[in-house]
Amino acid sequence: MNPQLESLQYKTRRHFFKQCSMGLGGVALSEMLASDAMGLEAPNNPLLAKLPHFAPKAKRVIYLHLTGSPPHLDLWDHKPELVKRDGQECPDEYIKGKKFAFTSGTPKLMGSPRTFKQYGKNGLWMSDAIPHLHGVADDLCIINSMTTDHFNHAPAELFVHTGFQQPGRPSFGAWTTYGLGSENQNLPGYVVLISSGVQPNGGKSSFDSGFIPSVHQGVQCRSKGDPVLYVTDPPGMDRSLRRSSLDALRDLNEAASKDFAHPETLTRMAQYELAFRMQMSVPEVMDISKESKKTLESYGAQPGASSFANNCLLARRLAEDGVRFVQLFDWGWDFHGTNPKEDIRDGLTNKCATMDKPIAALINDLKERGLFDDTLIVLGGEFGRTPFREGRTAKGKVLGRDHFPDCYTMVMAGGGVKGGYTHGASDELGFSVARDRVHVHDLQATWMHLLGFDHEKLTYRFQGRDYRLTDVHGKVVKDLLA
Amino acid sequence: MFIRSLFVLILGFSSLSAKVSFNDEIRPLLSNSCYRCHGPDEEDRKAKLRLDTREGATTDHKGFTAISPGKVEDSELIYRIVTDDEDEMMPPPGKGARFTKEQIELFKRWIEEGAEYEVHWSYAKPVRAEVPQVDETKMKVRNPIDAFILSRLSKEDLSPSKEADPHTLIRRVALDLTGLPPTKAEVDAFLADESAKAYENLVSRLLAKPAFGEHWARMWLDLARYADSAGYADDPGRTIWAYRDWVIRAFNENMPFDQFTIDQIAGDLVPTPTEDQLIATAFHRNTKTNNEGGTSDEEFRNAAVVDRVNTTMATWMGTTAACAQCHTHKYDPISHAEYFQMFAIFNQSEDADRRNEAPIIQVMGDRNKKQAAHISAEIAKLKKEMEPANKLDPKAVAEWEAALKAKASRWYVLTPEKMTAVSGANFKAGSDGSILVSGKTAGTDDYTISASSKLKKITAIKIEALAYDKLGSGGPGRNGNFVLNEIELTSGKTKAAFSNASSTYDQDKFGAASAIDGNAGSDSGWAVGGSLGQDHHIVIELDKPLDGRNLELKLLQRYPNHALGRFRILVTDSAGPSMALSSEMIAILKIPPAKRSAAEKAQLVAVYRKTNPSAIAYTKKLADLKKQLAAVKPLTSVPIMRDLAKDKHRKTHIQLRGSYLSLGEEVGPGVPQVFGSLPKGSNPDRLAMAKWLVDRENPLTARVVANRFWENLFGVGIVLTSEEFGSQGERPSHPELLDWLAVEFMDGGWDVKNFLRLLVTSSVYRQNSHVSDEMAVLDPDNRLVARGPRVRLSAEMIRDQALAVSGLLSSKMYGVPVRPPQPNLGLKAAFGGGTDWSTSSGEDKFRRGLYTSWRRSSPYPSMATFGAPNREVCTVRRGNTNTPLQALVTLNDPVYIEAAQALSRRMAAQKGTVAEMIKHGFQLCLSRYPNEIETSRLIALYDSARSKYAADQKLAQEMATNPIGPVPKDIDVVELASLTVVANILLNLDETLMKR
Repeated sequence: MNPQLESLQYKTRRHFFKQCSMGLGGVALSEMLASDAMGLEAPNNPLLAKLPHFAPKAKRVIYLHLTGSPPHLDLWDHKPELVKRDGQECPDEYIKGKKFAFTSGTPKLMGSPRTFKQYGKNGLWMSDAIPHLHGVADDLCIINSMTTDHFNHAPAELFVHTGFQQPGRPSFGAWTTYGLGSENQNLPGYVVLISSGVQPNGGKSSFDSGFIPSVHQGVQCRSKGDPVLYVTDPPGMDRSLRRSSLDALRDLNEAASKDFAHPETLTRMAQYELAFRMQMSVPEVMDISKESKKTLESYGAQPGASSFANNCLLARRLAEDGVRFVQLFDWGWDFHGTNPKEDIRDGLTNKCATMDKPIAALINDLKERGLFDDTLIVLGGEFGRTPFREGRTAKGKVLGRDHFPDCYTMVMAGGGVKGGYTHGASDELGFSVARDRVHVHDLQATWMHLLGFDHEKLTYRFQGRDYRLTDVHGKVVKDLLA
Repeated sequence: MFIRSLFVLILGFSSLSAKVSFNDEIRPLLSNSCYRCHGPDEEDRKAKLRLDTREGATTDHKGFTAISPGKVEDSELIYRIVTDDEDEMMPPPGKGARFTKEQIELFKRWIEEGAEYEVHWSYAKPVRAEVPQVDETKMKVRNPIDAFILSRLSKEDLSPSKEADPHTLIRRVALDLTGLPPTKAEVDAFLADESAKAYENLVSRLLAKPAFGEHWARMWLDLARYADSAGYADDPGRTIWAYRDWVIRAFNENMPFDQFTIDQIAGDLVPTPTEDQLIATAFHRNTKTNNEGGTSDEEFRNAAVVDRVNTTMATWMGTTAACAQCHTHKYDPISHAEYFQMFAIFNQSEDADRRNEAPIIQVMGDRNKKQAAHISAEIAKLKKEMEPANKLDPKAVAEWEAALKAKASRWYVLTPEKMTAVSGANFKAGSDGSILVSGKTAGTDDYTISASSKLKKITAIKIEALAYDKLGSGGPGRNGNFVLNEIELTSGKTKAAFSNASSTYDQDKFGAASAIDGNAGSDSGWAVGGSLGQDHHIVIELDKPLDGRNLELKLLQRYPNHALGRFRILVTDSAGPSMALSSEMIAILKIPPAKRSAAEKAQLVAVYRKTNPSAIAYTKKLADLKKQLAAVKPLTSVPIMRDLAKDKHRKTHIQLRGSYLSLGEEVGPGVPQVFGSLPKGSNPDRLAMAKWLVDRENPLTARVVANRFWENLFGVGIVLTSEEFGSQGERPSHPELLDWLAVEFMDGGWDVKNFLRLLVTSSVYRQNSHVSDEMAVLDPDNRLVARGPRVRLSAEMIRDQALAVSGLLSSKMYGVPVRPPQPNLGLKAAFGGGTDWSTSSGEDKFRRGLYTSWRRSSPYPSMATFGAPNREVCTVRRGNTNTPLQALVTLNDPVYIEAAQALSRRMAAQKGTVAEMIKHGFQLCLSRYPNEIETSRLIALYDSARSKYAADQKLAQEMATNPIGPVPKDIDVVELASLTVVANILLNLDETLMKR
C-alpha cells in the first residue's frame, strides 16, 4: 500500500480514538461493549445496543398486526348470551349516542356461528377457526378487555402503533430501537414484513420514525425481489469488484478527511462498510430455502412465495440474528361481510388457515431455540368488531361485523408475559368492558415495561415538548406480567 | 455528554460581575424544572402558585411567599430547593433533578438583586443591535455579520478560519443558492474572473438562475407540507401542483416575504385577488383529507383547521402551539382559549374534508392564457374584416328575392322504401308521401329512412313536420313537441355535409341550425314548442350536390319522449338558395318592396344574410374560432381557501382536551395576547392575521425567517431549535446578530434575494470548513462559526447533483408531478390504488427532485432514505442522518447507476488518457481537480475493473449499458464499464455527498 496513505489512515484512526475518548466518554461502557461492532467502526452510531432503564424481560419484539381487525367475538371472546339472543334487535342502551362506521339505525345482534371450547391447563376459550393456536394456549395471554379511542382504520392503526391517531409520531418499533439500539449491526434494527399485497392503513406512517432520527424507521424487507431496497449490486458489478471499489472509496475518503477531519466522514466510511456487510447478511437471512423441510412444513412456508407464513418464519430468523423489532402486517381482516371472503364462517376459516398455523409454529420454533422467553409477541388488529351485524350487509347472506373500538381482544405471548392467562372480560353481550379495562396506552406502557423502560421516561424532545409512545397517558398493567 | 458540557461552557452566559440575567440564567431553570406545575396552565397548577410571572411568584400564600425580592431568607422557593425533607423539597422526588449548588447560588443572587422578571427574549420586538468594533487582522469585515461573529470569537479567544479556496467556494455557494453544483464552464469563468467583485458577481448570477427558485421552494414546501396526495389510509392523488409552481415563481421573482406571506395566508381576502393570489392560498389546502368510508367529515375538517393553526405558528412564529390545543401551554403564555381564538380565524373556510377538495379553481396557466388571448384577438379581427363584406347590395337582395319566389314548386316528395325506428315503432306511409308513426315507443328514438329520388344532384332536403289530430296536442310530435337533435344524410357511401339550415319556426334555444351542428346531445336540436298542432318544415342545404338516387336519412331524436309523429321528406336539385320560409316571411315577400315597413325590411335582410355566401363563410369561420376558444382547457385545477358567507360563519368553542366533540365556552377570533393584537380596525379574519404575522411589531416572524435562512446556509441556526423560539427552545448563540439580521431583513423590504446575498457574501460564510482537533471538541456543531459550513446535501440535492454532473438532468420547469424510476413493490395502499407507478418517459425521468410525485403514504424511497419527509405535517428541520441504507441507494439504485453510466460517457468523450478522463469526471463532481494521490487511486480502481471486464465482456456490457442503453460508437465497452465503476465511486465520495 501507498505509505503516504497508510500514514493518513493511521492518523485518521488516531484522530477517531481521540474523539472517542473525549466525545463518548460519558456514554455508558455497556453501549460500547454490547455491540458486535464494539463501536469501533461506527462512531455516533445510534443503533448500537443500549441498556434500558431496568432489567428487561423481553429483548426483542415480534408484532403481528392483522390489518383491518379480525372478528374477536368469533376467535377469542366467547359470548353464549349473545348466541342466545342472535337475531334480536340490539337494545337501545348499547348503541344510543354511538357512531359506527357503516351501521346506522337499530342493528341485529349476532352470536358467533363458531364453536368455542376451552384449551390448555387454564381452559382458555378459543373458537374452531384457530385450531393450531389451541395447542399453544398455555403460552398465550388473551386480553378480552381492550379498548381504543378510534373506530376508523387509519387513525386506530396509527394509535396502536404510535400512540397517536394522526400520522407523524414515532412508532413502537422506532421507540424500541431508539431506546435499545440493535444487536446486529449488519441488519436493520427494525424490520417490516408485509403480506397479502396491501400496505397497512397508515401507510409508512405506521412504521415510521416520525420526528426521531430516521435511522429508527422500519425498514421494509421482502421475500420477493430485492429483500431490502437497493441491497443488490447492479448488473455488471460482482462482489469482488464491489469490494475493490469500496476499498478505493475508503482510501479516497480517508485521504480527503486529512483536510476536513470531520467526524461525519468517519461515520460515513463506517456506514459504507456496514452497507457492504448488509448486502451479504440481508439476502442470507431473508433466504428461507435453507430451512429444513420440517420447519417449512410446520409454518406452511414456501421459499420464493410472499405470504404471512413466510413472514412468520422470517420473523424467527431475524429475531435469531439479533434484529430488535420485527413488524408484520397482513391485509384482509376487515370482516364487514361485503363478500364471501369476509364471512365469519367459511371466509374466516380460510383466512385463519393462513395465520393460525404459522403463528403456532413461530411460538414453538422460538421455544425450541430458547428465544421465546425473551421475545415479546403481540397479535391483534387496530380495534375489534361489533356484536351485531354490519348495517350495509345485514340483509345479505354473508355474515359480517362493523368496526368496534369499545371492547375487543389482543393477544400477547413470550418475554415476561403471563402465559395461559385471560385478562379482563367484556359484558355478557360484548358491548363494553366489564372488568379490568386495558386502554391502548396501557398496553403500550406495558410493552415498554417489558422492554425495561419506564414509558414516561423514554422521551424525545421535539418542538419544545417531550414526546413518548404513550402520549400523556398509560399505566403498566401489572396483571399481564409473568 | 462531555462535548456538550464543554460546549455549554462556551455558549454559557456566565458573568460574575454583571447582574444575574433572568432571561439567560433564571428562566431556563424555572422553565425546565418548575413551570410544568407552576406555570401558565391553570388546570395543572399546584398550590395555586405560578412562577412564570413576577406577580404570581411574589404573591402571599397563607403567609408564605415563593419569592421575596431582596430577601433570600423570606423566599420559600430557596427553602424548597435546598431542603432535604422529601415532603417539602422541590422539584418533588421523582419529578425532576434537584438544582445544583451553582444554580441555587444564582437564584439567591437574583433574589437579592430584586428578582426582576423580563419578557422572554423572543417575545420582545427585535431592535437593531449596534455593530461591534472588531480587530480585522484575523478576518476581513465585509459586512456586520462578520463583526458580530468575530466579536464573539475574540471573547472566547478563538480565531476564525481562512477563506476557502475558490473551487470550494463556488461549489458551496452554487449548491446553497441553486441546489446544483456549478458546471465546468461556470467554474472556469469564476476562476478566470480577476475582478475584485468576482465572487459578488458569481452570487448575482446564481441568484438570477431559475434553479434558485426551485431550490428554495423545496425548503418552503416542507413547511407547507406540500404533497401530491390527500393523505390518510387510501391516500388518493391530489392535484395541487399549481401551488408548488407558484412558490418557485415567487422565489425567482423575488417576491417580498411580507407579500409572500399575505398571499398564502389570505390571498383570497385581498381586494380583487389575482389568479396567482388564489393559487397561493393553497398553502393551507395542503392539509390532509380523509376519504375512508365511515369517517366523519367534521372530525377531519377540525383536524385540518388544527393543522392550519399549528403550521402557521410553526412556519412564521417558530412557536409550538400544539400543546395549547388540549390545555393551556405549560411553558409559554398561550392559553387554551387563545389557541381557539386562532382556530376561530381559520374556522371560516368553506372546505370541509370533501373528496372533491372543494372549493377549487381552474387554473389557465400562462401558455393557455396566451393561446386564448390569441384566438380572441383573431375573432375581433375577423369581425372587423367581415363588416364590409356584410354590407347589403340592394341588387343582390332583389335577385335573391326573385329566386326565392321562383323556386317554390321545385320540391319533390320522397317515397320511403324502408323505415325503421330504434323503438320498433310502426311507420305508415300515406298517398301524399307523409309518414305516420305509431306503436312502440322508447325514451329516445332514432328513425332511419331509405328512399330513392330520380334526381341525380340534389342540393337541399326538406323535412316537413306535420300536424295530425290523433297525435298528442295535435302533433307534429308523437306527444306534441319533438326535437330533431341531428339529421344525417348519406348517398351510397357518401355522407352529406350541410351548409345551412332554416325553418318556418324555431322554439327558443332550439333553432334549426342545431339540427346540423354535429352535436346530438339532447339539448341541441330543432323543436317547435309554442307552435304545436301546426305544420312546420326545416330546409337543409348541402355543401355539395349529392346523388339523390340511393338515399338514407337518419333522424336522431335524443330528447326523451320527443319523437316525430307525422312527417314528410322532400328533395330539390335547384341551384339557387333553398330556404324554409316562415309564414311571416311569405307575407313580407308578398308586399311590394316599396311598401314594406322598416321592420319588415330588416327581417328580410336578416334572412338574406344567412344565405349571403361571404356571410356564410364568415359565420363558419367565427364558429370555428369560438370552438377553438372553448377548447382551450384550463391547465390544471387547485384547491383554494375561501371563506363562508358571513351568515354561514361557524361558531368556535374551546375544545376540551382537544376533542372536537366536547365543547367549552364560545370564543371569537384573535391572536395570543403576548404577541400583540390584530391590526386595529381590521376584520378579524385571515387577512388581518397575515398582516399581523408580518407586522413590524411582531417579535418573531423576522427572527424566525432570518434564522431559517441562516440555518439552511450554515447547517445550524443561530437559534438551534429553529422550530421552537419559546422558552423550551434554545437561546440564540448570537442574540445581537439575530436581531440585527431580523431588523435588516424587514428594513430591506423583506427582500429575500438581498438577504441571502448578505449572508453568502460575508467573510464568515466564505471561511474554509476545516475542523481543527481543538474545535472538533470545543465546538463540534460549529455554533460559533469559526469555520465554514460542512453539511450533508439534502435528499433532493444528492439526486439532482448526480443527474446534473452526469448530464442527465432536465432543465424543464413546472407542471404535472413526474415519476422517476422506483422499484415495484407490488403493494397497494389501504383501500387505495397500487403504490407502484409506470415511470415517466423522456426527460420527465430526469427532472429535479422537487417535481417528483409526492405520495404521503409511500414517499419516493430513495429520497425518503435521505430524510425527505413524507409531508404529513409541517417539517421545520430535516434530520441530518447518515445510514448504511443511504449508501445502498447511491451505490445501487438504478437511478444512480444510470447517472454513473452517463457520467462515464462524458468522461470517455474526453478521448484522453485514463488519467485525463478520470480528472474530468472528478472535476464535474467536485468542481476541483483531483490531486495525485486521488488520481492514482482511481486509476488503480479503473485498472482492476478493466482487467475484470476484459475477461468478462458480458459483465462489462451490463455495467456499461443497463439501464442507460447501447454503447455509443467508437467507445470500447470494457473501457466504458470500467469508467462506470469509477463514476459510481465519484458519486459516492464523502466530499460529493457533502457541502463543504
